[in-house]
Amino acid sequence: MSHPKPALPLPSFTRRTLLQAALATAGTVGLSACGGGGTGGSAPTSKTLTMGAYQGDEVPRNAFKAMVEGYQGTAEPKINFVDHETFKNNINNYLQGNPDDVFTWFAGYRSRFFAKNGLVGDLSDIWADFKGFPESMKNASSTPDGKQVLVPSTYYPWGVFYRPSVWKKHGYTPPKDKAEWLALCEKMKGDQIVPMAFAAKGGWEPMGTFDQLNLRVNGYQFHVSLMDGAEAWDGEKVRNVFKAWDEFIPFQQSDALGRTWQEGAQSLLTEKTGMMVIGMFIGQQFAASKKADDLDFFMYPEFDPAIGTDAIEAPIDGFMMAAKPKNKDGAKDMLKYLATAGAVNRSLKIDSSVIGANSDASQETYSALQKKAVGVIAEAKNISQFLDRDTRPDFASTVVGPALQAYIKKPSDIDSILKNIEQQKKSIFG
Amino acid sequence: MATAQPQAKAPPTVSKPPGKTGRRPHSLKKLNPRDRRTLILMAVIPTILVVGLVWLPAIGSVVLSFTNWDGIGDLSDIQFIGLRNYTDIVTIYPPFWPAVKNNLLWLLSLFLIFTPLGMFLAVLVDRELKGSRLYQTSFYLPVVLAGALVGFIWQLLYSRDLGLINAVFGTEIDWFGNPDINIYAAMVANGWRHTGYIMLLYLAGLKGFDPALGEAASIDGAGPVKTFFHITFPVLRPTNIIIMVITFIDALRAFDIVWIINQGRNGLELIATLVTANVIGEASRIGFGSALATLMLLLSSIFIIFQLRIMVKGDQ
Repeated sequence: MSHPKPALPLPSFTRRTLLQAALATAGTVGLSACGGGGTGGSAPTSKTLTMGAYQGDEVPRNAFKAMVEGYQGTAEPKINFVDHETFKNNINNYLQGNPDDVFTWFAGYRSRFFAKNGLVGDLSDIWADFKGFPESMKNASSTPDGKQVLVPSTYYPWGVFYRPSVWKKHGYTPPKDKAEWLALCEKMKGDQIVPMAFAAKGGWEPMGTFDQLNLRVNGYQFHVSLMDGAEAWDGEKVRNVFKAWDEFIPFQQSDALGRTWQEGAQSLLTEKTGMMVIGMFIGQQFAASKKADDLDFFMYPEFDPAIGTDAIEAPIDGFMMAAKPKNKDGAKDMLKYLATAGAVNRSLKIDSSVIGANSDASQETYSALQKKAVGVIAEAKNISQFLDRDTRPDFASTVVGPALQAYIKKPSDIDSILKNIEQQKKSIFG
Repeated sequence: MATAQPQAKAPPTVSKPPGKTGRRPHSLKKLNPRDRRTLILMAVIPTILVVGLVWLPAIGSVVLSFTNWDGIGDLSDIQFIGLRNYTDIVTIYPPFWPAVKNNLLWLLSLFLIFTPLGMFLAVLVDRELKGSRLYQTSFYLPVVLAGALVGFIWQLLYSRDLGLINAVFGTEIDWFGNPDINIYAAMVANGWRHTGYIMLLYLAGLKGFDPALGEAASIDGAGPVKTFFHITFPVLRPTNIIIMVITFIDALRAFDIVWIINQGRNGLELIATLVTANVIGEASRIGFGSALATLMLLLSSIFIIFQLRIMVKGDQ
């Protein structure tokens, strides 16, 4: 049925008047948007201190809020929470545009890169008065030419995490070296438990396994050199890392490419798997399931007696200051506060999956797990930050991440994968 | 012969300002000054917006594709590296050719399955059977959802351990994690929305179809299928053209569903996700990402030119 065209039901309006009205409205809206965008939300006073924070999940977010609440200075902090991944992804535009005075970030290649390009403020003057940070912390917060740009706050180790109650039930003990570890995996397989939970959906999770293996098989110095782009990815040393990894593939959870780390942690909680190479943040999943006490870890075992186990991977989170903050004095005042043990204590009361970077941080509220983490890190001679913080991010996320996923999909392709990484590395690093 | 008015976006070749038909004078001189000014404003302002917000950035992208800029620092520090980005993409960048393959698969799925399905549903709904309004609404409902939301909804269905499909059929298929099948799973999710969109466009066209033609055909003894293919389909040529254009554009632009699933990795690579992964985010390989975007532009241009030739040839 064809329908007649309906007549315009507004006889007094001509089309012209309608269009004029629309243009006027659009113009007003446009002008007010232009004007409003410049000043932002509520009128800022000179005391306002804007803080950008990337804590997306509930526990870290509450921990940070508690930390800022303890601030006694004159500045009035105003926190802008942004989802974690969004914050990290937009960091370049953020810093070159209109950054908050103080913002959360972490140690590693990227913080040094920002300093080199003049995107963050120099904090060496307030660092001089900081108490409680060992030399390794100061080094992690500095640029190559000795200026401090980061105020460390918390950090956490990566290790092999397991549930002591389940292990006790089956009679498992933490392995000291590779041979013991392989034997343990065989035993678990015999008991119908998948030995190693494994997730790789985000592309970054397997970097943890790669880092640990590289630190154990080739040592800390080689790892740093590889991250700097100074070593061949298709050379024998890196090939040995994957030879070692190949031996564990039969014991890893299959279908890892569709699994998130949270799902991997859940498999530990439901006793489907025996252990997981992950960071201490797995505690957040255990806390949510009210099994926070049933979590323990062991250091990645020894693979080569000549290298031992003195390197640990422990990413450091902290705060940086924008290059041109609107409230510079307030920012430095706040950063001085955030560096104190008292400040980080408030955060640790709520988020027990990390430990304070300040050695004077109170260990009263620490769980057994946190105390163990402190001990393990104190014994380590060298601390690495995690692959995607230690090397160029355009190399880590666009080359290594997908390459590791390709390896997990088909381990036999490793030679061509490594050759391809090397080619892309040469193209990116120059 | 009644021709259907295009009720969705007009085909990209329309250049006359809206509202002017053949009856008014074309020459500007014959209009009074107020009309002339209004006309000029109506043409100039959108043109400035399109040139400024679409063309200039596009040209900027093409220029940047010859650099290795990382988004930081002065524009004057940008170094030109010639065609290296392009050679890298085509030779040593592993996700590129799978992405091209996936884009083509996406295009084929829309063209061969979901667009014809939408047209078929439109024909059925047009017959105004009992409950056709209900069908119309329920088929169209997915269209109002954003792509990201569609991806999220289908995640709940497709999840390996906790999803509805695996729960109902008792299977353990890793729909989104298995690189051999996840592109097909994503295409089904996209088709779910795309079908409703095409259905509505085609329905609009069908409503303008003169029933006298259909009656004439049935008098001549043609069944409903023959009537459709020999009469309805050719008569609805303008609508068909719009639908073809929309199908092409959506296929080449496919992005949000796949991004929401896993940022376009592990079998779900699409050129749009590669561009985003390189340009946006910490990676900030602006030069490299711009080269990918330029290649996407070229690929789309090939298809659009091909299609325009069919359109123009048909009009003659």
